[in-house]
Amino acid sequence: MSIGILGRKVGMSRLFGENGEDNSVTVIEAGPCHVIQVKTKEKDGYNAIQVGFAEKKENRTNKPDSGHFKKAGVSPFKMLKEFRLDKGDVSGFENKEFESGEQVTVEIFSVGERVDVSGTSKGKGFTGVMKRWGFKGHKATHGAENHRTPGSIGASADPSRVFKGLPMAGRMGGEKVTVQNLEVLKVDPERNLLVVKGSVPGPNKGFLMIKKAAKIN
Amino acid sequence: MNLIKALESEQIRDDYPEFSIGDRVRVHIKVIEGEKDRIQVFEGTVIARKHGGLNETFTVRRVSYGEGVERIFPLHSPNIDKIELLNKGSIRRAKLYYLRERSGKASRIKEARQ
Repeated sequence: MSIGILGRKVGMSRLFGENGEDNSVTVIEAGPCHVIQVKTKEKDGYNAIQVGFAEKKENRTNKPDSGHFKKAGVSPFKMLKEFRLDKGDVSGFENKEFESGEQVTVEIFSVGERVDVSGTSKGKGFTGVMKRWGFKGHKATHGAENHRTPGSIGASADPSRVFKGLPMAGRMGGEKVTVQNLEVLKVDPERNLLVVKGSVPGPNKGFLMIKKAAKIN
Repeated sequence: MNLIKALESEQIRDDYPEFSIGDRVRVHIKVIEGEKDRIQVFEGTVIARKHGGLNETFTVRRVSYGEGVERIFPLHSPNIDKIELLNKGSIRRAKLYYLRERSGKASRIKEARQ
């Protein structure tokens, strides 16, 4: 586990490299995230920092939350997440002592580093098995009457039931997805921008969590 | 969206001469071969300019040893060393794809009057 930052997807673009390589990139507006609470092993059972991102109005905040933000001396935020500090040594922030109210900015990342980006994928609604599970479907012509149906979902008297977890039609998307090992191509602390190579889950303006890569190759 | 536009405008190159469709140009391309890099030159007629902003591309057509060759370049790519404008053409189409069906005398383009 490692420290990370919260952000918002701005959109996709193109970034030419120094040697002329042409990259498809995603621009993320990340941070600055305020530390809202510092959790310690003695008090909370584990070491972590809680950070907030994207300010919201005071009158949109309920009373318990409002008190929580007041304690940290910051304005209310829409997104709250925790980053554990005690497991693994990926980020080098394990021994740093955070104070509530302190800011985490994009400067924790550097160009060339790998990051994992998590977000909520775009909801696709109720989808069939071809789109959701990649089934092949059936013949389009030659008298076929089924085109996109799943076909058989099991045997007969034995086992006399449909197995659990069988791929079927249903809701797709709108779930947490993490993309691993995206290369950081640009860090802009002035505008709080992070440019990563490739695509990230979710729509533009969707909330994202960016962490240092868990698996470093 | 403005953030993206700002990022893209930083990469837009404005060191080219103004050229348009129908013009004859000489494109100097950086080619990296292993350790060394050298400049390759491609000369021909601009038959199309497509897309806009950072994603703009242009197509250059030339006839080389009787065989038509077309190359598409991203306009703002750092791989382009420079573009030389040889002469302006006078044309009546935005895309000169009709040149593909023509050869020799029929494929000439009138020079623009200054």
